[in-house]
Amino acid sequence: MSTVFRPYSEGDSLRSDRSAADRKRHREKLRKALKENIADIIAEESIIGRDRDRIIKVPIRGVREYRFVFGENEGGVGTGDGSTKPGQVVGQAGQKGERGPGPAGSDPGVDYYETEITLDELVEIMFEDLELPDLERKRLRQLLADRTAKRQGYKKQGIRVHLDRRRTVRSKIRRKIAAGPPPATEEGEPEPFGFRKEDLTYRRLVEEPREESNAVVLCIMDTSGSMDRLKKYLARSFFFLLYQFVRSKYENTQLVFIAHHTEAKEVTEHEFFHKGESGGTLISSGYKKALEIIEDRYHPDHWNIYAFHCSDGDNFESDNEAALEAAARLCEVCNLFGYGEIKPLGSHHYDSSMLEQFKALDADNFHAVLIERREDVWPAFRQLMAKDRETAG
Amino acid sequence: MSGWTLAELERWDERIREKVAEFGLDCYPQEFEICDQNAMLGYMAYHGMPAHYPHWSYGKAYEQTKTMYDHGVTGLPYELVINSDPCLAYLMRDNSLLLQILTIAHVYGHNDFFKNNFTFTSATRAKDTLAAFKTRADRVRRYMEDPSIGADAVEAFLDAAHALALNRNRNQAIRRLAPEEQRQRVLERARPRPDPFAPLHKRPQPVEPDLRRVPLEPEYDLLLFIRDHNRALADWQKDLLTIVDEEARYFLPQIETKIMNEGWASFWHHRILGSLDLPAELHLEFLVRHNQVVSPHRGGINPYHLGFVVWRDIERRFGGEGSAEARAKLFAVRESDRDVAFLRRFLTRELMEELDLFTWKPRGEHLVVSEISDEEGWETVKAQLLARVGTGSIPVIAVIDADYRGTRTLYLRHEHDGRDLDIGSAEKTLAHVRTLWGHKVHLETRLKGRPALLTSGPDGFDAKLLV
Repeated sequence: MSTVFRPYSEGDSLRSDRSAADRKRHREKLRKALKENIADIIAEESIIGRDRDRIIKVPIRGVREYRFVFGENEGGVGTGDGSTKPGQVVGQAGQKGERGPGPAGSDPGVDYYETEITLDELVEIMFEDLELPDLERKRLRQLLADRTAKRQGYKKQGIRVHLDRRRTVRSKIRRKIAAGPPPATEEGEPEPFGFRKEDLTYRRLVEEPREESNAVVLCIMDTSGSMDRLKKYLARSFFFLLYQFVRSKYENTQLVFIAHHTEAKEVTEHEFFHKGESGGTLISSGYKKALEIIEDRYHPDHWNIYAFHCSDGDNFESDNEAALEAAARLCEVCNLFGYGEIKPLGSHHYDSSMLEQFKALDADNFHAVLIERREDVWPAFRQLMAKDRETAG
Repeated sequence: MSGWTLAELERWDERIREKVAEFGLDCYPQEFEICDQNAMLGYMAYHGMPAHYPHWSYGKAYEQTKTMYDHGVTGLPYELVINSDPCLAYLMRDNSLLLQILTIAHVYGHNDFFKNNFTFTSATRAKDTLAAFKTRADRVRRYMEDPSIGADAVEAFLDAAHALALNRNRNQAIRRLAPEEQRQRVLERARPRPDPFAPLHKRPQPVEPDLRRVPLEPEYDLLLFIRDHNRALADWQKDLLTIVDEEARYFLPQIETKIMNEGWASFWHHRILGSLDLPAELHLEFLVRHNQVVSPHRGGINPYHLGFVVWRDIERRFGGEGSAEARAKLFAVRESDRDVAFLRRFLTRELMEELDLFTWKPRGEHLVVSEISDEEGWETVKAQLLARVGTGSIPVIAVIDADYRGTRTLYLRHEHDGRDLDIGSAEKTLAHVRTLWGHKVHLETRLKGRPALLTSGPDGFDAKLLV
């Protein structure tokens, strides 16, 4: 029997994108996995404070298909170049999936993917399940900043300046034509056809509130000696989320960085995250600086103000009262004022905490969270937003 | 097209077939289909099958294969051949003329292997391959479209079934015992042996075998066992288990003979192209391509390479190239062996030394060479290699009891061979078993040398050491 050759057919090929549906389903699952792993992903330092259009590679542990497999510590067999000696290093642990020692085809394989997505997409996925449209509307409606008048239709009564002359004259002409030719008079001089009250037409004006769409995020961070790299990093993750969130909701978003130890100053983003200061902590100084800036530049009637403070809570005791008072004032001017206490695991035993102090603060838009490790950042943020949603709804 | 016409391919195929007949290869009728890269990747995702049931894992396979090719892989680019009668293979439109010739010759090697190797002849029916995949696809689609079942339920059930697909009887040439035969065997084993020293000591009390126990003997076909013993399963669920098991049955021979099969095809494409009197520029490309295909993977095993080298060595040792004895030996081995036996019998110490085979172990952050193929080490290296080829990379799991302590709990045992299970995967896989079984599931295994029991129950997963 002779061999059959079936030639290439373009039509077949076009029709036969048969894996399309399965690929789509796979991507859906991947996206879901991405969402579930978001806490890990946003905890990666590299994406914080980056450009939104930037494409980032997110290593995710794919959508795995599980089977019974042997553990990774079991070693394997490989081919050498002829000079292999016992004790020689032939690879790095944890890269097994890439050049998997072991016969190809029977290797269970490690399902690590790198998915490329833009930061924007990531943020979108992140906020997709926060479901906050109500919050947005409510917050925006609160700010009726400018009032402008706008024409909308006509009316028969009004003040002189709103008189629409064209319509008034038209109305008179219409009436005149309807009345027919004027009766002849002896004198030959026709009676002038005058304006009557019903001819007068005025413009109707309505006042329209313009919705403000400005927001400012005040990032306040404790940069005292007790804030080590890890603590700052956790704080940074939180600020990143807050900023991205606010930015996704408002047209014009500004960022203010306030670093404080015993005194506070406004700094650039770079300084904020990279400069280490030393010394003690007066939390009230940071709050006062924030209030100052708000008063100077961001009037609460024009701006949505989000303030967030990260600290390890290691405040001078004498300052607690002042801090509390300043926090209360911040709550009055802010849409949301949050406090994140950053205590890497195990450190709360010996440090003092502001969480206790803030319990005395009675404001709907205040929220305090505790962050102990990287994985807490996202849940803490969600919690914060959930609280916000409650008060907004 | 890349510098070739269909007529040209047919002419080359004719010449190749002459050689195939001359060398005595025994093939099914062959069919080639020319396709473009997209279609090729599509076929590869579905194991080459023109019809296959849908599942997201094939979408994932597509993406993975695509990534692999985008990054450049070794082996024969876009070689895909199906174990069916007639044998179906795909040729990538954009490949060069030489690559098409090489692939055609390579495919005839596979074709011969499919038709003659015992793992294929005992477990698959090549005549029905395509039709069987088609009917299975139709069945799954029907369940997905059935409003009382739905695509989501089918998907979830397939997810679970796929997890256990390879935990089945490996040597499919061994006949399954009927229940009555099993009973007989259990009784036979329980009968006391004749004891020449009976007068000297007390006879041990014969233990009465429990004939009500399910299963009577450890059972290795997990999916089929669950299908036959979980009465709560709906018909469509049982059918899905059958479908997944049938597919695994079809693919198992390919897993069991990966090294032999690829080595055999490489051996023959090398021999055939070497005898075709290729024009100089084609010949040069042939040498380059062939060396790419059979180049060793440093630190790993390239089945094309290992298989090719061993087949060549067999030919050399049993009479040399072209001799009738060597030919007879080659054909006998390709019929009777699978990878484990093939390497055990024919991978000699000299060859291992030449290949510089070694074992490695993780130590800290590094993978470190532990043994090499020298005087002291080669046996260890060989033993480790044998434990890992074919289905050796799949842990052996047996059903011991379907009604453990009278609670409908499924009791599984991992037959520990020195390698521990990966606990993370075991946890997730046990959850799948539980989905299929509907009750609690135990898995007995060993962790770091101590017996352990893994449990998936209503309270989630639990692992505890037994001692």
